[in-house]
Amino acid sequence: MADKPIIAVLLERLPERCVLHDAEDLRPYECDGLSAYRSMPLAVVIPENVEQARLALQLCAQHAVPVVARGAGTGLSGGALPLADGISLSMARFNRILDIDVANRVARVQPGVTNLSISTAAEPHGLYYAPDPSSQIACSIGGNVAENAGGVHCLKYGLTTHNIQALEILTMDGEHMTIGSAALDAPGFDLLALLTGSEGLLGVITEVTVKLLPRPETAQVVLAAFASVDAAGAAVTAVIASGIIPAGLELLDRPAIHAVEQFIDAGYPADATAILLCELDGSSVDVGVQIEHVNRVFRDAGATELKVSQNEAERQRFWAGRKSAFPAMGRLSPDYYCMDGTIPRKHLARVLNRIETLSDEYGLPICNVFHAGDGNLHPLILYDANRPGELERAEELGGLILETCVAVGGTITGEHGVGMEKINQMCVQFNTAELEQFHRVKDAFDPAGLLNPGKAIPTLHRCAEFGAMHVHEGQLPHPELERF
Amino acid sequence: MQTSLPASLLQTRAGLEADEILRSCVHCGFCNATCPTYQLTGNELDGPRGRIYLIKQVLEGHAPTEKTRLHLDRCLTCRACETTCPSGVDYHHLLDTGRERVARDLQRPLLQRGLRFLLRQLLSRSRRFTPLVRTGQALRPLLPAALKARIPARQRLPHIEPRPHARRMLLLDGCVQPALAPQINHATIRLLDSLGIQTIVPASSGCCGGLSHHLDAGDEARMFMRRNIDAWWPAIEDGAEAIVITASGCAPMVREYGRLLADDSACAGKAARVSELARDISEIVAGEASGSDLPGTAGGARVAFHSPCTLQHGQGITGVVEALLQQAGYTLVPVADAHLCCGSAGTYSILQADLATQLRDNKLAALQAGRPDIIATANIGCHAHLAGAAGVPVVHWIELLARLTGQQAK
Repeated sequence: MADKPIIAVLLERLPERCVLHDAEDLRPYECDGLSAYRSMPLAVVIPENVEQARLALQLCAQHAVPVVARGAGTGLSGGALPLADGISLSMARFNRILDIDVANRVARVQPGVTNLSISTAAEPHGLYYAPDPSSQIACSIGGNVAENAGGVHCLKYGLTTHNIQALEILTMDGEHMTIGSAALDAPGFDLLALLTGSEGLLGVITEVTVKLLPRPETAQVVLAAFASVDAAGAAVTAVIASGIIPAGLELLDRPAIHAVEQFIDAGYPADATAILLCELDGSSVDVGVQIEHVNRVFRDAGATELKVSQNEAERQRFWAGRKSAFPAMGRLSPDYYCMDGTIPRKHLARVLNRIETLSDEYGLPICNVFHAGDGNLHPLILYDANRPGELERAEELGGLILETCVAVGGTITGEHGVGMEKINQMCVQFNTAELEQFHRVKDAFDPAGLLNPGKAIPTLHRCAEFGAMHVHEGQLPHPELERF
Repeated sequence: MQTSLPASLLQTRAGLEADEILRSCVHCGFCNATCPTYQLTGNELDGPRGRIYLIKQVLEGHAPTEKTRLHLDRCLTCRACETTCPSGVDYHHLLDTGRERVARDLQRPLLQRGLRFLLRQLLSRSRRFTPLVRTGQALRPLLPAALKARIPARQRLPHIEPRPHARRMLLLDGCVQPALAPQINHATIRLLDSLGIQTIVPASSGCCGGLSHHLDAGDEARMFMRRNIDAWWPAIEDGAEAIVITASGCAPMVREYGRLLADDSACAGKAARVSELARDISEIVAGEASGSDLPGTAGGARVAFHSPCTLQHGQGITGVVEALLQQAGYTLVPVADAHLCCGSAGTYSILQADLATQLRDNKLAALQAGRPDIIATANIGCHAHLAGAAGVPVVHWIELLARLTGQQAK
């Protein structure tokens, strides 16, 4: 493939080790964490410094070659899915923590640094970085910003957008920009919020300034078992309604508990149909009072068993199970398709029932492991990609689940981003005028449309095609569901 | 993960197993986070997820090239990825199959073949290796620094005749360890003696076969395995309780004998029994030593413990040695990134010297950050690799315990 002009130019201007272009080398880059969607890039560039990244972008701009930035490749919506006519720009070598400013409680880090390693580095100073996606051991902070990642603790501490202070980016033509500043607020439009979650469509992140928080004095987890997913869902609504904001409030159903317990002895009751993990943090007095309160709410909601973590090791174990739950599904099924819809919390039980019905209709098992506290569902559709047609059925089922979320007033993505995966559902979520406006924003940053084109914001043409298949003008699916 | 292995391959046991392993991978990428080589190169192909992909391509019928081989060669087989993988991907068995395939379909250049042949001939045969080390030790003062660092000063140890005890255990002699660090098994024999256990080392036993196994020489590996089984069998029939292994790198190999010789009808049963009896020395000491055997008299000497990959990932033994050392009165200094490989990895430090040196330097920086008096480890490979550049003495942890029981006896 070295005959493609862009590859020859890249090889000429960058060290050979930074440019992969043989099919054999490229194959492992054909997908990110969503392995159902695959596409081989023209080349992969792995720059070692900002100058090389800038050069790669400039060369691609000159040759009108699209660029897809890639972090750790753990994303679940195909945001880093390569483009057949584009290059993938891997930021994996940008893996240094540049500075931890204890007095100002911020850290400057390169985009390829893993989420968890920021907290590890800040730990000796009694600080940590709050957003904690379950893939935090592996996912990169650059990817977190691109997807506006959440995590178990975003219920209380917010998403990535609430926990970063500045970004250094390169535009498609190689211009360097600083977005945000050392100050908490800045005059003008809040471009930092715009860049966060922009899925690589506006710029390539080369540095992130994250906010660090002091570690809470105490944190304990209440583990509550329930005889049905419905009852657990109702308990979530009851906790939130009672005025408490837990640090995290998560739900796992029986298949998920079963898969997790094969990997790690997390201490989950094996006979429960669903469990809730509810973390409370703060001063030890506050935590004590809140635990009592939450225990009472759970008991009233029909909890069959209640456990409170007795030490830090046990608390970590409770979370370790939750955080390994997605990949642990590999023990139950060769493939899974993870959805990421959000709904108003009061509809939890109802939507979960609807999902169960759809699962039966399609004959595909669905596991539920999700951020119950903020109504961010993650139904995992189990399928076998080796069986012809099964992936397509899983996708169709997933699409119906997301449309159900929209129908009850929710959204098609909570934290995983739109990427390639939910591009069609964007047509359900937004109307033509809104989508046109999104495209204008992209044009402002990337007039040639070379940064991750075709992801996150669907073209109107695409929506027209999709609409013809799925949604008729003015007629949302599932008319039986209540509207807002 | 979706697979399409050819039907002919799916009819073989190895092919079926590989397909099952590939399918259990959900491509989450958690493995890259703890892969030592991915940390260094940032290339997906130098992490487990990419290597799984490379192996999948080869098994699905793409002819392997030098590139695939390079990236598979760069794998340390440290198995940190297996510890991290929530989906339970049996990576190292897939890697074995992949490497075998590549070795079969793509001959190595002459120079590589020669070097690998030489390493196997020298290292796995102590009758050849020991005299070589002795010569090197005799000439040590005259050697250039680089070579000197690789050859430890000779240890002269008093001969010990194990006292008879009713309880007996076999002790794996190994290949390079008797020449480079005879004090390790010497200390083990004394310590087990103090616990009322007699050790047996049959003269005809030797290399566990791991070296050949990891250098594309499966037949030779099986020859070594059979030789050990034959050497150990009389003592096993006579009631030896365990096969004690002081090099953590050899223990996972002996635990695999049953699997690797399953098709050898003549010794499959014996091999399985040998695998059942294999124990890392830490398991024996932790199981046998009560508080009074570890007198806590170390006086707080500061120890940085490097847990070899073959101990923590290969055998899943974590915290055991650390607890024994603390119980004996040593102070353990914290070590960052303790899950990462030191770069020794059998012959890796010779065959992939660049990466191995970077990993060693990173490891020594982490080990020495807490200003220890001594670095302790549990595998002769790591021991020799680290000792070549460490600023403090490197020992096997069993030596630290044996020292104390020696003091107590006086």
